Amino acid sequence: MQKHHTIWKKNRQNMSSEKQETAAVRVLGRWPSPFVIRVLIVLGLKGVDHELVEEAVGNKSELLLASNPVHKMIPVLLHHGRPISESLIIVQYVDEAWASHAPALLPSDPYARAAERFWAHYVDDKFPTAIRVLRGRLDGDKDEAAAQVCAALQRLEVAFVECGQGKDYFGGDNVGYLDIALGSHLGWVRAVERIAEIRLLDAAKVPKLAAWADRFCAHPAVADAMPDVDRFVEFSLKNDGALKAASANSK
Amino acid sequence: PWKAMHDPATQIWTSFIAHEQKRDQHQSSKQHGGPTMAEKGVKVFGMWASPMAIRVEWALRLKGVGYEYVDEDLASKSDALLRHNPVTKKVPVLVHDGKPIAESTIIVEYIDEAWKDGYPIMPADPYDRAQARFWARFADDKCNAAIFPVFTATGEAQREVVREAQRCLKTLEKALEGKKFFGGDAVGYLDVVVGWYAYWLPIIEEVSGADVVTDEELPLMKAWFGRFLAVDVVKETLPPRDKLLALNKARREQLSA
Repeated sequence: MQKHHTIWKKNRQNMSSEKQETAAVRVLGRWPSPFVIRVLIVLGLKGVDHELVEEAVGNKSELLLASNPVHKMIPVLLHHGRPISESLIIVQYVDEAWASHAPALLPSDPYARAAERFWAHYVDDKFPTAIRVLRGRLDGDKDEAAAQVCAALQRLEVAFVECGQGKDYFGGDNVGYLDIALGSHLGWVRAVERIAEIRLLDAAKVPKLAAWADRFCAHPAVADAMPDVDRFVEFSLKNDGALKAASANSK
Repeated sequence: PWKAMHDPATQIWTSFIAHEQKRDQHQSSKQHGGPTMAEKGVKVFGMWASPMAIRVEWALRLKGVGYEYVDEDLASKSDALLRHNPVTKKVPVLVHDGKPIAESTIIVEYIDEAWKDGYPIMPADPYDRAQARFWARFADDKCNAAIFPVFTATGEAQREVVREAQRCLKTLEKALEGKKFFGGDAVGYLDVVVGWYAYWLPIIEEVSGADVVTDEELPLMKAWFGRFLAVDVVKETLPPRDKLLALNKARREQLSA
C-alpha cells in the first residue's frame, strides 16, 4: 500500500512553473480520475517523459480553461503546448504520435481495431455513471447500478477471449487500448466493492477478467499510475459523503 | 434512382465497382483463425431515415466500395440484425465478409482502415485526427442533445432551446474556420459524421417552425451545408425530402401527444 503511494508520487514531476513551460508533454489532471489514469498509463507504457500538472479539486486552472474551453474537463494532454482532450482520444493520439515506441496499443488488423474501439465505447457507456452511483456520489438505485456493472463484465468476459485470443490481455501479449479503457476503472470498481459491500469482479462469474484485473494492476506502468484501492476508498470517504459508518470503521 | 434504393426490401447496389478486397488482412485475421464460411462482401444494416446509417454509406461510397443495403423496420428488427449486433441491437451495422461492426463512427474509421488505399477519410496527422475525433464526439454528445429539444419544443421554450442549439453549433463551427469542408479542401471524417445536419436540420426547422442555422447566426455552417449537399456521394444517397419531412412531422406529433 505504502509502496504504491511512494512510486506514484516519485515518478510524477511536480515541477516549478518555469520548468513546466519547457516540458514537451504535460498532463492536466488529478488522480483519482480513471480518465486521467488512462493517460498516465499510456505515457508510462510508451516511455514518454511527462509531467502532471495537478488540478485542484473544485478550482479549475487558467491553463485548463484555456486548453479545454469546450468541456473545461480533465484530462488534457499538452504536446508542445497543443491540447488534446477526451481520454480515449488522448490514448489513441499517444499511440499514433509515438508509433515508433512499442507496444502498439491497437492491433494492426482493422477488424480487431474496430472491436477494441467498440468495447472501449461500451465500457464508458456502462461504467462511469454506475460507479458514481455506487460511490454515493450520484443519486441512483445501487442495486441497478451493480447489476449493470455485472452484466457489462459478463459481456466483457466473452470479449476478452475474442480480442486477446486466450492470452494475458485484451491486447494479446501486451497491454492495449481496451485493457487501458477498462482497466483504468478497476481502482474504483474495487473501491466500490468495499464501499457498497458488493461483489462485482466475481472470480466465480468472470474468472478470466478477475485474473486479468490482478495482472493488469500489477503491471509496472499501471501500478505507477493507479494507486492502491485503499487510497480510492479513503478518497471516497473524504469526498463522496453519505457512507455507512460500518464501512468506514471496519476496514 | 433513389426510389429503387430505398424500397424496404433488401437492395443490391450494383452500379459501384467493388473495390478489390485485401484478402490477406482478412486471411490472417486472428478472430476466427481464417476466412469464415459466411457470406462475402459488404452489407449495411440501416434505416432509410437514419442519419447514423447514412454516414456508413457516405464512407463506403467515398472509397468506391459496393455494398448491399438492408433497410430495417426498427419496430420489428430482423433476426440478422439482432444476431450481428446483440449488444446494442441498433443500426447501422456493417457486415464485412460476415464480420459485424457496430457504432457508426467506429464503422467509418474501420472503412477508412480496411480500404486504406482508397479515398483518405481520416486526416493523416495524429493531432488532426485527435481534433477530428474530438469534434465528432462533441457533435454526437452535445450538439445532438441540443438539437433534439428544438424538434419538440414550442413557443418561448423553443426560443431557449434554439439558442442552446445555436451555441453548440457555433462551437462546432470553429472547426470550419478558413476551410471549405471540416476535412479541408475535400470532405473528411468530420464532414461524414456531422454532414447529416445539412439535410436533416432544415427539415427539423421546417417541421418545428424554428430557425437554427441562419446566415446571421451560423454563416460558416450555412455555407458548408450548401457545399456538402453538392458532393456526389451525398447527393446520391439522400432520402427523398418529402418522405423524410412526412416522417419527422409524424414523429413530432407522436412526441407532443
